Amino acid sequence: MLNDLSLKDLTSNTPALIAVIMLALLLFTAVVGPFLMPYDPRVMDLDSLKQPPSTAHVFGTDSKGRDILSRVVYGARISLSVGLVASALSLCIGVFFGLIAGYFGGTVDAFFSQVFDVFLAFPSLLLAIGISAVMPAGLTSAMLAITLVGWAGFARLVRGITLTLREQPYVEASRSLGATPARILYKHILPNALPLILVAGSLRVGGFILLEAALSFLGLGVQPPTPTWGSMISLNRAYITSAPWMVIFPGLAISITVISFNILGDFLRDTLDPRMQV
Amino acid sequence: MALYILKRILLFIPTLLGITLITFILMQSLPGDPALGMAGERANPETIALIRAELGQDRPLPVQYFGYLKLLAGGELGRSYYTNRKVADDLLQKFPNTLKLALAAMFCASILGIGLGVFAASKRGTNWDRFITLLSVGGISIPVFWLGLALMLLFAFYLRWLPPSGMGNGNPLYLILPAATLGTFSLSYIVRVTRSSMLETLSQPYVAAARAKGLSEPKVVLKHALKNSLIPVVTLIGLDLGSYLNGAVLTETIFGWDGLGRYALDGILKRDYPVIMGVVLFGAMIFVTMNLLVDISYHFLDPRVRVKGKP
Repeated sequence: MLNDLSLKDLTSNTPALIAVIMLALLLFTAVVGPFLMPYDPRVMDLDSLKQPPSTAHVFGTDSKGRDILSRVVYGARISLSVGLVASALSLCIGVFFGLIAGYFGGTVDAFFSQVFDVFLAFPSLLLAIGISAVMPAGLTSAMLAITLVGWAGFARLVRGITLTLREQPYVEASRSLGATPARILYKHILPNALPLILVAGSLRVGGFILLEAALSFLGLGVQPPTPTWGSMISLNRAYITSAPWMVIFPGLAISITVISFNILGDFLRDTLDPRMQV
Repeated sequence: MALYILKRILLFIPTLLGITLITFILMQSLPGDPALGMAGERANPETIALIRAELGQDRPLPVQYFGYLKLLAGGELGRSYYTNRKVADDLLQKFPNTLKLALAAMFCASILGIGLGVFAASKRGTNWDRFITLLSVGGISIPVFWLGLALMLLFAFYLRWLPPSGMGNGNPLYLILPAATLGTFSLSYIVRVTRSSMLETLSQPYVAAARAKGLSEPKVVLKHALKNSLIPVVTLIGLDLGSYLNGAVLTETIFGWDGLGRYALDGILKRDYPVIMGVVLFGAMIFVTMNLLVDISYHFLDPRVRVKGKP
């Protein structure tokens, strides 16, 4: 199925093409951007407090005189790394348990499915709040909280795919040749489930980035003075009427990032598997 | 029928136990004595004694967990460190406000979402369709708290049409901005699901038959296709309560709405753990109970589910 994806699909779909270009720019910004900025995102400049956008400070400055553009650029690093790391981790955990539950069935499946359901029974942000509140706030706790919130959704999906794949003739054939479950899962089921797993993953990255932003908005994510998009909005909320740019630009950054991921996810889903539901 | 409901309720028990197990583990991971962590150091000696009797550190963990369940069954979620009030009482007092906000948001999101979804599907492939689809992607991508601030800036500070925050003693004007903020996420999902479900129905033979016998397009769409397209949409609306509870934490924070969400934020800012854990547990309980009710009511409403559900 992955081979069906061609560059022509992408260039003929304008929103998806724009989304990919945006994400490439964003990745570039996150990796290289902080080195190119003329200002240090953490250094306060008491001579230029609350400056509106100008040529010196394109996005303006905040209540402590820090350059908003530099902080937004630095924040891209935090948001993207938390979003991507949490997606990768929760995918790995989810795929592992989903394969086991779906392949072995019976009591094993009943037990694991119950565990998935318990994790899915929490509203995601509330569980993330509970988990990150008991840990020292920071990058690791945000990643861990989002991973623990996200894995069960992937696990349930992979379990469902595995349930259908394990009945396929090629799996049967491999089993009758004496292949171990581990080999069957790794060599036969995983590769065939991969496109769907990737689609699900790409559809969730945006949600994970929103979750990270919400956690740092609530003061549970990466701590000041390190800038994150969410914390920039919460720290500058009080100045929304007098200096709206302090809040507008970080919010735009989050929105554009998440929109791009969601459009990309929709595109991958439509191209790879038109039957899959929202 | 009765058997199905009984089975569903029996399956509900392990889920509830699992939820409490997770909050129990979270409480245990707090630094210090979990009993004191739940009671707060300012609680009166009887409360501390009660909670310590169940959660005493000298007892093995499984016994402590059963003690925790016993406390929960008795409605004891601990005391706030700061106000020393019972967390359970606070939750019950704040919940109606959140419910009011969520119902208002849900109502607007459903009406508008179904309308826009049907419109987009009936204009498939036109710029209208593209525009609505793009809006709905935007709606699930914009952070709730930023949307709230942006709406507040525009409608309360620049245009001065609506009050910026507070509850206004029940004045409905105060409900508009928070409800719009809270509903946008769900609205966007409803648009997406309505549109795709509608497109599927419109390709059914009976719709072609309705067109062939000369019915006008609005009549085909509204009278014949809509009813059958709504099943997945109604499921979505019923099961979407979790997203409202998530959104409420952020929306209430922005608009100073005195519900569960703001209560949770106060807890987070003060590291008031019984409050945080209370909201987490309460939120999960409401969420799963709602899902159970939606499931069971489906059984009553949709005969097709009933047949499929038969063992």
